[in-house]
Amino acid sequence: MHGFANPARFLRLARMLTMPLLAIGIAMIALSLAWGLFGAPPEKLQGDSVRILFVHVPAAWLGMGGWSAIAVASLVELVWRHPLAGIGARAIALPGAFFALLCLVTGSLWGRPAWGTWWVWDGRLTSMLVLFFLYCAYMALADAASRDGQANSRIPSIFGLVGAVNIPIIHYSVLWWNSLHQPPSITMGKSEMAPEFLWGLLAATVGFSLLFGAVVLMRMRTILADQQAEARLRRRAMEGDDV
Amino acid sequence: MSEGLNHWTFVIAAYALGVAGTAALVAQSWIAMRRAEVRRERSRER
Repeated sequence: MHGFANPARFLRLARMLTMPLLAIGIAMIALSLAWGLFGAPPEKLQGDSVRILFVHVPAAWLGMGGWSAIAVASLVELVWRHPLAGIGARAIALPGAFFALLCLVTGSLWGRPAWGTWWVWDGRLTSMLVLFFLYCAYMALADAASRDGQANSRIPSIFGLVGAVNIPIIHYSVLWWNSLHQPPSITMGKSEMAPEFLWGLLAATVGFSLLFGAVVLMRMRTILADQQAEARLRRRAMEGDDV
Repeated sequence: MSEGLNHWTFVIAAYALGVAGTAALVAQSWIAMRRAEVRRERSRER
């Protein structure tokens, strides 16, 4: 793990991976969404609205997965002071927030025809909304820390770890409390989903995940390039002062 | 299931938001990365 603590080594790997992840991700998303629109049959209870599954489920997975990754990176930053862990966590925040919001909006668009309502304040929807607000707060904290010249501040990392409490709440909310939201259709090793939905959904989830990885790498490269340019300009300014 | 609603309106809206939002996220990240890397190269040349 510490082999990638060297930004130059990490940047070489990131440059090599960004475009392949993006290209394969886009191809898989295009194929799976085309299948969702034109190939998958309507479901007998939910009709055509079930097609929203191919956008909604990957968005939910990445919204929750994004925060789980922030929590792991925060732990690595706090315990091992790994220089890239904090940068990784900050790079995940915006795409994670976007997919949490996309999950909420597509869920609402699915809820109207399936449940007869855009929104209910039940455990699953409310905890997902809380996740979106957590992302917003994390971005505000990280931005404030770096603006105050405290890019290595531990406060965003502690917040990233504490916020992870919400992830099991989202996951188990449909089992703990009464909800209009259905319980999980896919659990470890088994699925109650028909194959014509399952395989398309897996392809969409893998495709969106690869694209998410590419976006995180791009944002890490942005933060590293900004830090390197600023360090160089500061060094030059100090050399100018000395002369 | 709510009868009388055209489900395709909701499906198209969800797909359009998903595709347009994801494209905007990728484009914004790509442009920010290119700008930052150009800025780094310029700081090296000065």
